[in-house]
Amino acid sequence: METLLGLDYPTLWFLVVGGLFAGYAILDGFDFGAGAWHLFLKKEESRRIALNAIGPVWDGNEVWLVIGGGALFAGFPIMYATFFSSMYIPFMLFLVFIIFRAISIEFRSKEKMLWWRKMWDISYSVSSIALAFLLGVVLGNVLQGIAIGEKLTYSGSGFFEFLNPFALLVGFTSLFLFMTHGAIYLILKTEGRLFAKMTKLLKKSYFLFLLFFILMSVYTFVFIPHLAAIFKSKLYLIIVPILTILSIANVPRLTNKHAYGWAFFFSSLTIALLMVLVAFGLYPNLLYSTIDQKYSLTIYNSAASIKSLKIMMIIVAIGTPLVLGYTIFVYKTFSGKVKLDETSY
Amino acid sequence: METEILARIQFAFTVGFHYIYPPLSIGLGLILVLFESLYLKTKNEDYHQLARFWTKIFAITFGIGVATGIVMEFEFGTNWATYSRFVGDIFGSALAAEGIFAFALESGFLGILLFGWNRVPKWVHLVSTIGVFLGSMFSAVWIVVANSWQQTPAGFHIVGKGFSARAEITDFWQMVFNPSSVDRLTHTWIGAFLAGSFLVLSVHAYYILKGKHLDISKKAFKIALFVATFFSLAQLFTGHKSADGVAKNQPAKLAAMEGHYVKNAPADLYLFGWVNQNTQKVNGLRIKGGLSFLVHQDFNKKIIGLNHFPKDEQPSQVNAVFQFYHLMVLIGMTLIGLTVLSLFYLVKGNLYEKKWLLRIFVFSAILPQLANQFGWFTAEMGRQPWVVYGLLRTDQAFSQAVSANQILFSLILFFFVYLLLFLLFIYMLNKKIKHGISDLEDKSKLSLNAKYE
Repeated sequence: METLLGLDYPTLWFLVVGGLFAGYAILDGFDFGAGAWHLFLKKEESRRIALNAIGPVWDGNEVWLVIGGGALFAGFPIMYATFFSSMYIPFMLFLVFIIFRAISIEFRSKEKMLWWRKMWDISYSVSSIALAFLLGVVLGNVLQGIAIGEKLTYSGSGFFEFLNPFALLVGFTSLFLFMTHGAIYLILKTEGRLFAKMTKLLKKSYFLFLLFFILMSVYTFVFIPHLAAIFKSKLYLIIVPILTILSIANVPRLTNKHAYGWAFFFSSLTIALLMVLVAFGLYPNLLYSTIDQKYSLTIYNSAASIKSLKIMMIIVAIGTPLVLGYTIFVYKTFSGKVKLDETSY
Repeated sequence: METEILARIQFAFTVGFHYIYPPLSIGLGLILVLFESLYLKTKNEDYHQLARFWTKIFAITFGIGVATGIVMEFEFGTNWATYSRFVGDIFGSALAAEGIFAFALESGFLGILLFGWNRVPKWVHLVSTIGVFLGSMFSAVWIVVANSWQQTPAGFHIVGKGFSARAEITDFWQMVFNPSSVDRLTHTWIGAFLAGSFLVLSVHAYYILKGKHLDISKKAFKIALFVATFFSLAQLFTGHKSADGVAKNQPAKLAAMEGHYVKNAPADLYLFGWVNQNTQKVNGLRIKGGLSFLVHQDFNKKIIGLNHFPKDEQPSQVNAVFQFYHLMVLIGMTLIGLTVLSLFYLVKGNLYEKKWLLRIFVFSAILPQLANQFGWFTAEMGRQPWVVYGLLRTDQAFSQAVSANQILFSLILFFFVYLLLFLLFIYMLNKKIKHGISDLEDKSKLSLNAKYE
């Protein structure tokens, strides 16, 4: 098979897709986190500041999901088709919450009535929590594998099969991870009492995240042999979880030292490392079949043609510097503490 | 069967609803670029206020467009798994290009367009507005390319058989510039410009009638009228080119558009009519041999009829295709009539005294919207029973793993969510319009406590 930089094209595209979803988790992750905290903020002004902290960027962050989804469709159409149709209900719920989050941000501050704002505040926060949770649930199902039978088709049953114990554990882990991440983002963007409040809340989510992270890890080693086996067979991979733990441990250390920028960097790095962990857990599988390993979808049996992957590599090579360029420009324009003005939400 | 129908209803419903918004974003994007450029050029505060006002309306349409657009991307995988496997190799690169070139551009600069008025120099803001506009134009490019490939596949070969058959790309540029891409893209763009410019016409006609923001509204009306007139006329050409392409590449669709059944005979052009699918006759007002003339410039040339195709390769809803197509054309002609007449009065100098005409304009925003919907209904229903013309049938393309109950669940969910979305959209639009333009620059709003809109 043809290679580029010593890697074959499906592997390269696996890295591209992984990178895009890691980017999405880091970027929209703090939006979800900020949204999840929304109802914990009691004052109207605090809520508006928190909302405007993500105001100019959440939409751009969401684009990473669109690009990631497109990249998955483009590079691994077979996996995309099987995966999305297997996870029908969670994806439909995900879409509805994506819509509610968007319209809540958009419409909340457009009316003065208390009931109106309360209603959108609740909708905004519940959607953010649900999205953070559902992302974890879907990831949990991917890690654990799903019942793929013959003809690449899901043969599981039941409306709520996606809500299994492991998926729930991953769901809570991702929720509290994003809440930690979002809390640090809000700390960076706020001042005064709101700032002080977020530093307190950060500790709570951090503790809950650690708790679920440990539970999830233990569960993996006891109940999911195919994942455990990967780390037993390749002992050097243990470096990744160790780095992850070091990165997580850095977050409270740095917040205590008031180095919030660095704390944010390390919460982002933690998310990235967890995605690396996921990548090692999967590769070369994309969807592990719980029925029979021979039905598993790998990066090879579900990839697009090499020609198509090559074309898309060119698209990515041209597009990425552009995207990074204007992303940095936008973040620079709106850097610093939130100041409300007449254009704010 | 039930799953297929439900999946089709859900797709049609979600994409039809989605398609209210992107054309508005593209069209309003163009208008925003014009207003803001004029402001920078003339330093006239009116244009600044117009740009600010329309940015707010743009924000609402854009937000709903993005949210409902993500649904579309996911739905390919959730509801059309077999289709996704079949076209992934081709469709995927178009979708990836859309995401990375178009969507990222548009959403990246959106933050500055909406919130950057006080943060960046004026020219940077204009560049951002142009960025958002171009991004939305590029989005249309890739989506129309993907859809056009479904109508007129090119630059591919089929690999594998039966269940595992799929189209693999052989020539990227042939795929991008497949026979119908360019004609359909220009037709789609112009449809979007009309949707945007007519919304502007409608709102400012309302202000003029109410005697509100008179000067500023006359300026805006004039600009939007130029845009609308130019593009309503241009739409004639792109429409004709598109139909020519259909005649060449998708004869069954063309035959359905005019209810032309006879295997190989001169075909008539109906001004309006009703297709009886049992008797294979059309009742209506026709120009004999008109379709032959439009296609071949000869009233007696033969055109392939529906009966040329086996029964199971004909579109099943011939009358619906016929009606949607004719309604679209009728609306297109109405738009030309309205704009040309208005331009005539404008030149004569008495346009703003024609209250009846302005009253029509108030309601005219709905017309391009309907034409856009009807046009897509014609295109998509006319392609049936194929989802990829000649290659993959719709009844083989849906997700086998998804049950009818699951789709029913999501369909009901989307119905209520979109109903809410639509009501909110209308409510907000109405509120912004009622609220008016001029107090945007009210400096008192800049103090922190008075910042509620």
